Amino acid sequence: MGRTLAEKVWEQHVVRRADGEPDLLYIDLHLIHEVTSPQAFDGLRLSGRSVRRPELTIATEDHNVPTVLGPITDLVSKTQVETLRKNCAEFGIRLHPMGDAGQGVVHIIGPQFGLTQPGMTVVCGDSHTSTHGAFGAIAFGIGTSEVEHVLATQTLPAYRPKTMAIEVNGLLPVGVTAKDLILAIIAKIGTGGGQGYIVEYRGEAIRALSMEGRMTVCNMSIEAGARAGMIAPDETTFAYLKGRAHAPEGAAWDEAVAHWKTLRTDDDAVFDKVVEIDASTLTPFVTWGTNPGQGAPLGSVVPSPESFADPIERSAAERALDYMGLTAGTRLVDVEVDTVFVGSCTNGRIEDLRAAADILRGRQVVTRTLIVPGSMQVKKAAEEEGLDEVFKAAGAEWRQAGCSMCLGMNPDTLKPGERSASTSNRNFEGRQGKGGRTHLVSPAVAAATAVTGKLTAPADL
Amino acid sequence: MDAFTTHTGRAVPLRRSNVDTDQIIPAVWLKQVSRTGFERGLFAAWREDPGFVLNNPSYEGASVLVSGPDFGTGSSREHAVWALQQYGFRAVIAARFGDIFRNNSTKMGLLPVVLPSDEVEALQAAVEADPALEVTVDLVERQVRWGSKVLGFEIDDYTRWRLLEGLDDIGLTLRHADDIDTYENGRQTWLPTTV
Ligand code: SF4
Repeated sequence: MGRTLAEKVWEQHVVRRADGEPDLLYIDLHLIHEVTSPQAFDGLRLSGRSVRRPELTIATEDHNVPTVLGPITDLVSKTQVETLRKNCAEFGIRLHPMGDAGQGVVHIIGPQFGLTQPGMTVVCGDSHTSTHGAFGAIAFGIGTSEVEHVLATQTLPAYRPKTMAIEVNGLLPVGVTAKDLILAIIAKIGTGGGQGYIVEYRGEAIRALSMEGRMTVCNMSIEAGARAGMIAPDETTFAYLKGRAHAPEGAAWDEAVAHWKTLRTDDDAVFDKVVEIDASTLTPFVTWGTNPGQGAPLGSVVPSPESFADPIERSAAERALDYMGLTAGTRLVDVEVDTVFVGSCTNGRIEDLRAAADILRGRQVVTRTLIVPGSMQVKKAAEEEGLDEVFKAAGAEWRQAGCSMCLGMNPDTLKPGERSASTSNRNFEGRQGKGGRTHLVSPAVAAATAVTGKLTAPADL
Repeated sequence: MDAFTTHTGRAVPLRRSNVDTDQIIPAVWLKQVSRTGFERGLFAAWREDPGFVLNNPSYEGASVLVSGPDFGTGSSREHAVWALQQYGFRAVIAARFGDIFRNNSTKMGLLPVVLPSDEVEALQAAVEADPALEVTVDLVERQVRWGSKVLGFEIDDYTRWRLLEGLDDIGLTLRHADDIDTYENGRQTWLPTTV
């Protein structure tokens, strides 16, 4: 019987297999940031261990950094960032600190340097490591104990998850993006729908996505509970990688591409589960609740808790509406927001900024609008294209790279009761600041919303 | 890590689903570089509500958390496990857990126990009716027991053994350093390095 993409990549990384034990898996790339690593380095020091392969490890500062120029003023944040610097210096790990041209959100910089390649295993103490699966890598988030384990051994013990195919048939209509697609998928299968699985996104609509779009989709796999999400590499993948700083060159490139072309699910392979989605019926999608599965088409209304048959979902919806300050039956396009955030590892890449700029060109924002490039390289590219001028002329704020308003660890936060349209990935209670209310949207919807002050589809401007 | 064999204690019913790790420990608490003091951040936002179950004095000192489904979804932050343990929890019972949270728990010796939804609700109702009810979580027998109830739960042999012995994963893996060397020598030469 044939094998799935996930099975192939997994098998190629098994260092040791023994009955009744998890596989010992080799890790090709380990990404590190300041938040989930300090206690891991402490652990190494306590047990007198070293980093086995510092040259398969890369670090950046992203979660705590302010996105306006100047030093970190929060002393606790500053200590955490300085701790990362000390640890990287001590253990010989490449670090892109604040202000460095290579700095950025951890999941943006791996692909940008060409470090994320098809068929690799990639881990990071961060759940959105699933992003890297867009290249046909097995990429997943780990906790701090596992970060320490990878630092010490360059391996991880793990059971192979089951495999799920999400077949996205047909093509996305014009104006419907990768973000709308993944939000619709999560609403369909639920936040627990992917639990225990590696998801492979397949089908015509997936093939048609750019690498940026594929990363957006894979990024939010964890929001459906999946351990990882992946997409088979193809010409789009190779074209994206070619010429990047760490991509193979010359004969090595040809050898790599020949290998990468074998990384696809065999026709006779069987997935443990298959979910089908018709892309052609989708429209812009937004969340109304406090988990990413609580979403609906922007053209619909805030659902009533009674419409959920499952009692647990019903009470979750009740609680969510209460927290979000929403009434069932309200048209989503009537929901007023006061803040718009474009950025994060979900939608902080150049294509996302272009989508926002296309809407904002020649228009004015009526909300506080933060546009935050995912990395300094994205920032540079955007400025070379003049996107920063578009944003500034529209009245939006153009910031330095970082996680920014994706999570409440740096100065960019919502105040209690404030409501945002955000291109990030989590609408959890308090995620963007205590008491803040988050609607997850695509960059295009975010920009259109900034123009009207209400959740808005670009087509309705 | 802490070994886990069997534990008996009182339980707290948390009647919520999708308890993401941002709720278990909000992001502002993640700035610490040490491994201690996280109990103060446990459910920090929810604890501001006097009606929140952890603020109910009858559950003071409880050591088993009984939650709605999808406990520990979202962020990979192991701080969520540290916060629960440092607050005094030894086990969490729910119908479904976030994968990363479940992994992190078993690395630290906090036992995640999966029971069917209706049994979780029955336990919640039982401790609501009698907060003094003692619940036993027995990893040796793979059982949860309270009153006259005896329920089996599943956990793979390897993880169970590691928890029973309190074994450090890194130490176990380093026994296979030769296998790692062999694998490394066979890796494709074009694979990237960060230097
Ligand atoms: S942008 Fe948001 S989701 Fe992505 S790594 Fe940063 S905090 Fe996590």
